[in-house]
Amino acid sequence: MEKQGEVKLIGMWSSPFVLRVKVALNIKGVPYESLEEQLPFSKSQLLLDSNPVHKKVPVLLHDGKPVCESLIIVEYIDEVWASAGLPAILPRDPYERAVARFWASYIDEKLFPAMRGTMAAEDEQRKALLEQVMSGLGLLEDAFGKCWKGGKFFGGETIGFLDIALGSILALMKVFDGAMGVKLLDETKFPKLAAWSEAFCEAEPVKEVMPEHERLAEFAMVIRERMRAAKAAAPPPS
Amino acid sequence: MAKEVKLLGFWASAYVVRVQIALNFKGIEYDYVEEDLKKKSELLLQSNPVYRQVPVLVHAGKPIPESMVILEYIEEAWPEKPLLPQDPYQRAMARFWARFAEEKCLPSGVKYFTTKGEDQLKAKEELVENLKILEGALQGKKFFAGETAGMVDIVAGWLPFWIRRMEGLFGDKVVEEDNLPHLNAWFQDYLSLPFVREKLPPPEKVCADLRGLLASLEPN
Repeated sequence: MEKQGEVKLIGMWSSPFVLRVKVALNIKGVPYESLEEQLPFSKSQLLLDSNPVHKKVPVLLHDGKPVCESLIIVEYIDEVWASAGLPAILPRDPYERAVARFWASYIDEKLFPAMRGTMAAEDEQRKALLEQVMSGLGLLEDAFGKCWKGGKFFGGETIGFLDIALGSILALMKVFDGAMGVKLLDETKFPKLAAWSEAFCEAEPVKEVMPEHERLAEFAMVIRERMRAAKAAAPPPS
Repeated sequence: MAKEVKLLGFWASAYVVRVQIALNFKGIEYDYVEEDLKKKSELLLQSNPVYRQVPVLVHAGKPIPESMVILEYIEEAWPEKPLLPQDPYQRAMARFWARFAEEKCLPSGVKYFTTKGEDQLKAKEELVENLKILEGALQGKKFFAGETAGMVDIVAGWLPFWIRRMEGLFGDKVVEEDNLPHLNAWFQDYLSLPFVREKLPPPEKVCADLRGLLASLEPN
């Protein structure tokens, strides 16, 4: 068996970005030690030393060497644990890889910030953000249809890069459903995504590491209060 | 005869310029299509329905939007003359710094450009802070990738050209020998690379373009 080195993951149970790394490691069958941070309340010295630039989780420590930024870590994992028997996370073909990266970047730059924004926003702004989220989900529903090569996932028969990027925010989506009285992944509006989300949550690499709904819902309320308090305390824009 | 690779672009866009630089580095032949951003072509709207922006690379009819995605695509579709290192850890580090340049330095550059007075002073401080962090990634090397330029150099490559234009416009100094010696040296070294120089837009034209942008930001 190839020597895989010592793998540690500095993370936090509720973080969708940390979840991405856990799923990737699970797909590759790589055992790792999970180091839990007490965010947002404190940051360990190890975290501050391992990610001095951003001071954020996740950080993968491979034989003590830190890799930061969730999608960069996922690509790293895919490249290091790449032998014949292991499932690939990114597709082989450069064009398909570009499509996966494009949508992953869309999720991180547009979809997720809009979703997160609805937490601290009020009324009109919240409505506008929600519309953005719905339109983003529409684009992804469409993309699923276009990318589809058979199988339950964007990646085909097994979970791939885009599945990981989007699937990591499913737990939070369910929390928003509860908080806003909507159903984001409504099967009448987004049948492909609704079916996909069930398959993702049930998948072996995901099942054990998906945050529990009630715990996440409670925690989300704590974060929302902090966001609202920060907004109220912030100086008005000049 | 039409080439297999097409680039939809806009002459003043830093995002487009860096794709041109990467294509030039790899020696890839392509047809360049200048877009009128006030009247976008059908091809652009169809190729990038999500953002409707340049650059878009079209390779054998398949569109790839988003400059960072395009750069990785170019690297993988034309693997000779690599822009990224072979070692996975070094690749992760290169991607990290490319992302830092893109997600921190670029927005602070935009903030510096679009603000005035007190706000601009604050924006300049933030920009210089981010550039100091980026400078750390040079680690005494000539380029971010070592002796020759690579992905991080190309991604951060808008800095040497556009920061100098802004400095000229505002009569200001952001990156100099005094405060950012290594980055200052890298500015010169990067701009002197032939495959970069060949793809830079004319400086005076860019200054005029920036002046126009500033004017359009003025409240009516």
